[in-house]
Amino acid sequence: MHNYLSADSLAIIFAGLTGLAVLLYAILDGYDLGVGILMPTNDNQTASTMIASIGPFWDANETWLVLAVGLILIAFPAAHNVILEALYIPVVILLIALILRGVAFDFRVKAAMSHRPKWDLLFKLGSVLAALSQGYMLGMYVMGFESSLTAYLFAGLSALGVLAAYAYIGACWLVMKTQNQLQKQATIWARKAGRLTFLGVVAVSIVNPLINPAVFERWFSLPNAILLLPLPLFCFVLFLVVDRLLKRMPFKDDVSCWIPFVAAVMIFFICFNAFAFSFFPEIVPGKLDIFSAASAPESLGFMLWGALVVVPTILCYTFYSYRVFWGKVQELSYY
Amino acid sequence: MELFLRLDTLVLSRIQFALNISFHILFPTITIALAWYLFYFKIKLHFTKDEVWMRAYRFWVKIFALTFALGVVSGITMSFQFGTNWPGFMQTVGNIAGPLLGYEVLTAFFLEATFLGIMLFGMNRVKPWVHTLASFIVAFGTSMSAFWILSLNSWMQTPTGFEMIDGVAHVTDWFEVIFNPSFPYRLSHMLLASGLTASFLIIGLSAYRIYRGDEKRAPKQTLKTALTIAALLAPTQIFLGDMHGLNTLEHQPQKVAAIEGIWHTEQGAPLVLFAVPDEKTQQNLWAIEIPNLASFILTHDWQGELKGLNEFDKHPPVAPVFYAFRIMVALGMLMLLVAWVARWQIFKKQQTSPLLSKVLIAMTFSGWVATLAGWYVTEIGRQPYLVSGILTVEQAVTPIAPENVGFSLLLYILVYSGLLVAYIHTVFLMARRAVDIEEINTTAVDNSLEVQHA
Repeated sequence: MHNYLSADSLAIIFAGLTGLAVLLYAILDGYDLGVGILMPTNDNQTASTMIASIGPFWDANETWLVLAVGLILIAFPAAHNVILEALYIPVVILLIALILRGVAFDFRVKAAMSHRPKWDLLFKLGSVLAALSQGYMLGMYVMGFESSLTAYLFAGLSALGVLAAYAYIGACWLVMKTQNQLQKQATIWARKAGRLTFLGVVAVSIVNPLINPAVFERWFSLPNAILLLPLPLFCFVLFLVVDRLLKRMPFKDDVSCWIPFVAAVMIFFICFNAFAFSFFPEIVPGKLDIFSAASAPESLGFMLWGALVVVPTILCYTFYSYRVFWGKVQELSYY
Repeated sequence: MELFLRLDTLVLSRIQFALNISFHILFPTITIALAWYLFYFKIKLHFTKDEVWMRAYRFWVKIFALTFALGVVSGITMSFQFGTNWPGFMQTVGNIAGPLLGYEVLTAFFLEATFLGIMLFGMNRVKPWVHTLASFIVAFGTSMSAFWILSLNSWMQTPTGFEMIDGVAHVTDWFEVIFNPSFPYRLSHMLLASGLTASFLIIGLSAYRIYRGDEKRAPKQTLKTALTIAALLAPTQIFLGDMHGLNTLEHQPQKVAAIEGIWHTEQGAPLVLFAVPDEKTQQNLWAIEIPNLASFILTHDWQGELKGLNEFDKHPPVAPVFYAFRIMVALGMLMLLVAWVARWQIFKKQQTSPLLSKVLIAMTFSGWVATLAGWYVTEIGRQPYLVSGILTVEQAVTPIAPENVGFSLLLYILVYSGLLVAYIHTVFLMARRAVDIEEINTTAVDNSLEVQHA
């Protein structure tokens, strides 16, 4: 296939696929990490219902991370090395956190009853740590892996922002998937987390162009500044509408319970694209672009065949799986 | 921490990689074959309508889910390891390793993870045949995972189908890359290892349930089924392992020299049953040997010549390869013996003797030990190379400070040992619970199955 496509277009295609994997990961694992972040540790029944709501999905959700990291590894090995070397310790913490929450999910129901609170605590702790380390890594990435006080402060801010964003989308997921007391509680969580997320988005949007002149140039030069204006405006409207809606929820017959979740997905989508727009085609900000980081075209070409067949298939049966488990969560049972 | 500070980044990274991959492989080794067992239980249920298969499925699918979860989370760690600790690997052979890893993730991991949701929680939400199909896809996906990852591993052992341009490997023929010389043997050897590991897990836990007074039919049935399969797989594995050894002799003779403890090239080399290989003096101490047998096994000639380690500039450390090989072989023979005797007793008396039952329970995780020992033989046997003849581990390792690697290694050791204890403990706990649980719901589910069939 590399006979028909130039090395540069292959690099762009794979950058697109990597971006898709990262975005889907942030949305999908975002909501299930969010559910973990919000989970109470002193209310077994509620905890069980919340975990049941993500039960059939979390395995596949986490797999998007493997695909995203795998794609960077395969398509842009030079970037993979630079990024992971710079982020060695936060990566280790992320991995340990993902391990803990992944296994706690199964152990909490299968290990002895007396151990359940411990596994629940590990599940929550794992979710919080995973979100924080991802946010921290995102912040360091934006700062070009500098080791300065500004960089660490920004990364700290970004860590809290991602924590809030995951809690937000997780709460919106619960509004959609649960009912009664828990749903009511979820609307309160969603409003609080939504406001924090909004603050985080605003803060990052201000700091990012201020510290990266290239990013500033891109967003605030004419005509870009005018063409791009609807993006942040639309994002703001989404936050506002969801907040107003959540205040009055749940409605009769639970109509519109899915709106906050879909809106949160759209917010993630917009923020991700704004982020990608800030840096494309750089894959390590200020250091490396996708064209010089890409693998040999014959290898990317060979991979592309698989990606063209498999990625649409994955998307199709992901939708199928969500349809099968559509509706309010029921108690999980293995059959 | 004191100890770690005295070790360098290379040694620490190697220990960390070995720890990560050893921990990871435990779980796929079970799930690859256990997925096919579950599919078999579903098929038997469809055809016989005997609810014992439903009960077998319901118990084992829970073990499967737990095992699979541990495999997924420890697998995530693997995809980061290359970048964090072995940057030289992707720099040199990324054009080959990348796509093979990519296909592993694409075709297999996703097939498993997505259909797993339906397989585990969807039985009442989809038609029975869709559920059985999901079980099949999960089983197929796990085996495809093994296909791609073993292709890459085998290529690292016996690389073909590429050329080196400016120190970077470029593919000349994908077919030769994927089906490199050692791949068919290593893949079959590993799939059979998985079959034996899962079989002995089923045998051990079923025997444990019966030993704890479980009167139900399901554990008896699974014990019998798994014993039959183990009795068939064990001799096949020994035969295949021998072929794998001959293939290694052809392509990696230095590994075989280390396995057999042959320091100097000799004709009519003895088979060393046991010894203490001494790297300094280049000889085996306290050796127990059978004259000429190694030559006969490997060359089919009593006087055949076997190359010694003296012929190679770079060769693996002898002791770990030598010992690990003997552990693997001894366990393989023991599995054969135990499976046959137990299957014979069941054939004769419908049950195993109390002593043999205890042996079966003790061997629940024997497949793990044999599989790990086998992997140590093949992986340490490739040293000092990461990719045979192309890249050494030393060239590939990260430049980051040993303190960082020491920190991550400590965390992994803590978490993994905790999880391993929790896993083994929980698996036996689930078996004990199954002893007490009355057979609820199964009839109802079976009825609904029939209704939906009609």
